[in-house]
Amino acid sequence: MAESGKIDPMHQFAIEPLFGTDHLSLGGYNIAFTNSALYMVAAAVVLWIFVIGGMKRELVPGRWQMAVEYMTGFIKSLLIANVGEGGKKYIPYVFSLFMFILLANLLGLLPLGLIGLHPFTFTSHFTATGVLAILSFSIVLIVGFWKHGLHFFSLFVPHGTPLPMIPVIFPIELVSFMVRPFSLGLRLFVAMTAGHVLLKVLAGFVINSSNAGVGYGLTVGSASFILMIGISALEVLVAVIQAYVFALLTSVYLNDAENLH
Amino acid sequence: MDAEAAKLLGAGLAAIGAGLASLGVGNVFASFLEGALRNPGAADGQQGRLFIGFAAAELLGLLAFVIAMILVFVA
Repeated sequence: MAESGKIDPMHQFAIEPLFGTDHLSLGGYNIAFTNSALYMVAAAVVLWIFVIGGMKRELVPGRWQMAVEYMTGFIKSLLIANVGEGGKKYIPYVFSLFMFILLANLLGLLPLGLIGLHPFTFTSHFTATGVLAILSFSIVLIVGFWKHGLHFFSLFVPHGTPLPMIPVIFPIELVSFMVRPFSLGLRLFVAMTAGHVLLKVLAGFVINSSNAGVGYGLTVGSASFILMIGISALEVLVAVIQAYVFALLTSVYLNDAENLH
Repeated sequence: MDAEAAKLLGAGLAAIGAGLASLGVGNVFASFLEGALRNPGAADGQQGRLFIGFAAAELLGLLAFVIAMILVFVA
């Protein structure tokens, strides 16, 4: 089921333990070092190298420092536009979040299969994106209750709501607030999964049609291959947009916690 | 119709939702461009709202994809 010939489009999402750590356990839980963990480490290391390279603090910035300053400036303007001056203290968090997701998405798209490695996108797993979403959501809750105390609940009753409408509006706003971490994590996870499945299905078309004969290979196979190239370009765009949307929605939610409304 | 066939049909029907969401996403960007070309000066300040609208419209299409995946692989 859901296979085209011998090519299973879901196999790329399989999590496998690496380096013989299959049975490593801590307190009864398996903590094997998986390919997912490997790519998380890779994203963190690439981000670390990227930022360290731009920390020279020269008066006239070089290209590298310029690139880092452009990214931090981008996040800063995002936060100032959405949260205001009070948003500046979230720059480190939102910058790390944005760059980590962006690098994870892009590293998973690298054509490492050409040299025999298996690229893995850990943002295509709800466990990874869900934890990132819960992190953002708990920061919103902590900041909201820290700054405003129980007055934070006025978030669920918009200004100017007529008194008889409050019992109706309150549960609706509460549900739309509580569903935020799910929609935040789900959006990133599904967007990445759908793109990778689509690429694998098209790759299956190319291989199976080439196996079926020269005629099929030239008509179906080459058309699918050209489509794959276009979809790959689209996937790079989606990788950037999804990372941006995650950072943007995090800052919009932080605005609720910081300023109520 | 046996249960397996019904599941696959349901997964296929979920593609309608994904297609309708594509209309929504297209509408978000089309309306933005329409407004931005009339008043280019105000366009840059609205990019955040553009992407919030995009995210909201896109999420519903992605949910249709999740339903399809659940029907095929989980249910």
